[in-house]
Amino acid sequence: MTALKEELKRQIIDVLNLEDITPADIQDDEALFGEGLGLDSIDALELIVLMDKTYGIKLSDPKKGRDIFQSIETMATYISENRTK
Amino acid sequence: MLEKANIQKSCTIEQHRIVVDDKLVWTNEENLPFSDFAKEAFQHLDIDYPKFYKMDALSKLAFLAAEYILQDEETNGLALVLANKSGSLDTDIKHQESIQDMDNYYPRPATFVYTLSNICSGEIAIRHGLQTENSFFIAEEFPEETIFAYADYLLQSGKANRVLCGWVEYFQEAYRAVLYIF
Repeated sequence: MTALKEELKRQIIDVLNLEDITPADIQDDEALFGEGLGLDSIDALELIVLMDKTYGIKLSDPKKGRDIFQSIETMATYISENRTK
Repeated sequence: MLEKANIQKSCTIEQHRIVVDDKLVWTNEENLPFSDFAKEAFQHLDIDYPKFYKMDALSKLAFLAAEYILQDEETNGLALVLANKSGSLDTDIKHQESIQDMDNYYPRPATFVYTLSNICSGEIAIRHGLQTENSFFIAEEFPEETIFAYADYLLQSGKANRVLCGWVEYFQEAYRAVLYIF
């Protein structure tokens, strides 16, 4: 799970062009949206594409995304339980 | 109609040089790709605006030109009238490439949102809190008469206190921005 979290942090920084942020700057339980990393709605769509492209997880219910994308911790948990790639 | 004599300030970005009112304010190595030039020109401004890194090239160019020309300027009632030749074609091509292969079909939302040329006007408006008139024209060359006539109308009709207008063109590493404040 630790490796998956580190991989996720690197992918998010790369896909979302988070300049000047390193994986070490992102805490596992830090909020990805709002006060935390300050991601926006387009970033949320990019995360949905990331889940599909990298882990074979299709999120059809946007309401689910709110829970899954709370933090690196929640994302990693959902991916490890649902990944097909 | 407005004439060059009415120009209060100008900013030109081309060939890795940023010139404000005929004064060189930033330059770097000319062999750098535009993305690196833009990043360094942005960091030179020393402002906290992480959204810049997510913009497409056209928006970065327009954002930088606006940022440099609007330093120490009042933006209340400032209208935007921009033009270019290639629209958002550079980003349109990137988006098209992402949907070309049906077996690897992953359109990028962050790319798709920039497939309209006037998004760069929106980025300037968001950054400076502008809730004023704005227009974006597509033309082979800078449509000086149209732009200046429209700016003149905005000023004469009281729809704007001042107008930021000009040319912001980007296509596959070829770029030029020339902005004026009337």
